[in-house]
Amino acid sequence: MTERHIPETDVEKVSYLRAGHSLRSWLLTTDHKRIAILYLYAVTFFFFIGGAAAALVRIELLTPGGDFLTNEGYNRTFTLHGVIMVWFFLIPSIPNTFGNFLIPLMIGARDLAFPRLNLLSWYIYLLGGTLTLYVLVAGGVDTGWTFYTPLSSMFANGNVVAATVAIFIAGFSSILTGLNFIVTIHTLRAPGMTWGRLPLFVWSHYATSLILVLATPILAITLALIAAERLFGIGIFDPSLGGDPLLYQHLFWFYSHPAVYIMVLPALGVVSELVAAAARKPVFGYWFVAFSSIAIAIIGFLVWGHHMFVSGQSMYASAVFSFLSLAVAVPSGIKVYNWTATLYKGHISLDPPFLFAMSFIGLFVFGGLTGLILAMLAIDVHVHDTYFVVAHFHYIMVGGTVSAFFGALHFWWPKITGREYIMVWGRLTAIFIFLGFNLTFFPQYLLGYLGMPRRYHIYDPSFQVLHVMSSLGASLLGVAYVLPFTYLFYSLRYGKPSPPNPWGVTGLEWTTPSPPPKQNFDQIPVVTTGPYDYPVEMEDRR
Amino acid sequence: MRSDLPLWPDQASAHASAVDILLYGFTGLIFALSVPVFILIIVFAVRYRRGRKVNRRHQVNRNALLEVSWSVIPFLLILCFFFWSAWLFFDLKHPPASALEIDVVAKRWMWKFQHPGGQGEIDELHVPVGEPVKLTMISQDVIHSLYMPALRLKQDVLPGRYTTMWFQADKPGIYRLTCAEFCGTNHSLMGGHFVVMAQQDYARWLQESGVDQTLAAQGETLFRTYGCSGCHSPAATVHAPSLDGLYGRPVALQGGETIIADEQYIRDSILLPQQQMAAGYPSIMPTFKNVLGEDDLTKIVAYIKSLKATQWREHP
Ligand code: HEM
Ligand SMILES: [Cu+2]
Ligand SMILES: [Cu+2]
Repeated sequence: MTERHIPETDVEKVSYLRAGHSLRSWLLTTDHKRIAILYLYAVTFFFFIGGAAAALVRIELLTPGGDFLTNEGYNRTFTLHGVIMVWFFLIPSIPNTFGNFLIPLMIGARDLAFPRLNLLSWYIYLLGGTLTLYVLVAGGVDTGWTFYTPLSSMFANGNVVAATVAIFIAGFSSILTGLNFIVTIHTLRAPGMTWGRLPLFVWSHYATSLILVLATPILAITLALIAAERLFGIGIFDPSLGGDPLLYQHLFWFYSHPAVYIMVLPALGVVSELVAAAARKPVFGYWFVAFSSIAIAIIGFLVWGHHMFVSGQSMYASAVFSFLSLAVAVPSGIKVYNWTATLYKGHISLDPPFLFAMSFIGLFVFGGLTGLILAMLAIDVHVHDTYFVVAHFHYIMVGGTVSAFFGALHFWWPKITGREYIMVWGRLTAIFIFLGFNLTFFPQYLLGYLGMPRRYHIYDPSFQVLHVMSSLGASLLGVAYVLPFTYLFYSLRYGKPSPPNPWGVTGLEWTTPSPPPKQNFDQIPVVTTGPYDYPVEMEDRR
Repeated sequence: MRSDLPLWPDQASAHASAVDILLYGFTGLIFALSVPVFILIIVFAVRYRRGRKVNRRHQVNRNALLEVSWSVIPFLLILCFFFWSAWLFFDLKHPPASALEIDVVAKRWMWKFQHPGGQGEIDELHVPVGEPVKLTMISQDVIHSLYMPALRLKQDVLPGRYTTMWFQADKPGIYRLTCAEFCGTNHSLMGGHFVVMAQQDYARWLQESGVDQTLAAQGETLFRTYGCSGCHSPAATVHAPSLDGLYGRPVALQGGETIIADEQYIRDSILLPQQQMAAGYPSIMPTFKNVLGEDDLTKIVAYIKSLKATQWREHP
């Protein structure tokens, strides 16, 4: 190896990365690109805290007895895992890093509409995150990320109130970001950037932002009600105080089902970009794909009752929710079929980002279709609250969203940092993640159908073989998740400087230097073509 | 470590096999919808990989008809399964009138079962084979969920409200029974077994665990000890409604509505009598909210349910 440290290039010298070197210039920045990097550090940190909790869970589950963690310890560990992964990793992951970095670049703007609000949103997130870490140090919570009442409000003995306050605070960060994106997309599009020319990534972030703004306040109210019942004994959810425990579930899922789409819509947007770039072709059926995001955002508000089929909810309500849950699969299906059609007659590259995109499609399809199984009333009665559900949402949120996150990281890395990484490592990582993921989570479908309830650490010995497989898969997955840190950091010093458009793709972000200057564009571009306007190559003309 | 690797759960009822068949059918459909996608992605990735010379003429970027059909046709196919599964589900909500009624009280972290003959058991449930059984369940604290995987059945058990579940097991054996709703520290220990027995074995089991009083009779004793009979008997001077034949009959309430007197209504009327006042009676009944536990309530409700119209027995 004769590779040497490649010194700063001229482009880098004038880039946003060098516009101020002091810590202060980072911590008080209002540049959307720098804030994106701040978020990248923060969500990565929480991803590893949540991952450490997952590792403890998987170690405990290697044996049917409760020999590694105590009962209480196990409950606190999986609760922490869920809370951190959902609110401090998945929800902010793609929107606040890549959305923040890319939306202004993609629509030809200099920044988001409210740059200072953007920074505030990061600080609010950190405040919520710090409080969550305090809860962790102070002993944790033992309610599950779902905080079901009256367990959480009257019985649990962990730091429930502190945890709800932490999530409550983090919610404001979500709301501010959503608001900022909506206003930006409405008002800061460059001349000629009509709605029909918006990249699909922007469309899906628009849909996500609508959900962030509309659904998060409901979570805030719900958490405040738990705290009110717990602190002051105001009877809202506990029947012994005259409350109704199912009211809590309705409120919680009225937020949390839309929230699962907050976690996946940005990923769908990433994959639309990656598929078009992989095939060097316009996305098949642009409008269907764009509007399917909006349809998902709307119908997603009408299906919450599918988490409550065995809760004692009226059977007619259950039937309606089952029907609507099947309907929400239609727009998701449209996307998958349209991506496949996009590949037809394309010029397909299998560089790392595109491998991540393909593995996203496979895992998302599998997760989505098992969601349909769960939406079937009679089957859900059996598999509700078992490992089948655990497998379902991990396929979508980890298999899907986390793969898309890594896909985005590998695709836009040269733009963000100005350096290229070693492709082979990226490809290997994509393949390891795919294999490790399936080994971890596929056995959980079988466990669920066999009747292994979730949130159990002491289990029937007949489940052990499958649990051991899952834990082995998790270790492979863990290694695969750490791998990118090596070659990506390596690229910062030793990587080849990236040209403005290393993948040879369309999109305004690729017309700027890599990394872009602080103000993004010297001159606001005038847009005259659609988002995926690839030239038809000579030999492909009729 | 048990070396065998079970890949399919026991089927202990006709419903269990019906659910499994539904699952097979639906899995078939989702494979039909998704396998082409997986195959095409691989085929396209190989065939049209970058730099490879193949015919890429006539690229199409939209085809509304095609897109509408790949949205609508799968949806219609899925809808057939929706009706199938909803039909199975509705069946679960309609227990046959002849079902053997067993009461269940859940509390952290145990299950308590009460047979109509008065036999009680904990974390274990004995039921006869081939006979419909209806469980009426309530929790003393948080939400639990009674899960019987071999029957493909589960129902949340709520505080303050009865929920029911019914089944007809048709294969004798010993099967797992667990709590499926996270309920705190010892959640993973909240389980046991249910034992499906031949009719005569069940009868023998009932005898061996015999108690001298049926559930309703135990309820009757409580009905007197707690002073309910002081008002609710024909001999009483207080103006209180008679409870004969109350169960299942419509009751006119003070607000003008009518309500069917089910277990829930009876329970609520004992705990919170002022909430649903029967029309025409003064609100003088005291609450028994912090007096009676769920076990005792179950017994009293069983007693009131057993009172047929015109069958009021004068107490000796
Ligand atoms: C085709 C679309 C989908 C359908 C039909 C669907 C259906 C369902 C159903 C019926 C349940 C409830 C299962 C139960 O608790 O018994 C469920 C649970 C869940 N789904 Fe989905 N789902 C879909 C997509 C998604 C997506 C896109 C995500 C996330 C990004 C997701 C995340 C979750 C989560 C987190 C849970 C369980 C939450 C918990 O109980 O802790 N689902 N899904
Ligand atoms: Cu949902
Ligand atoms: Cu329980």
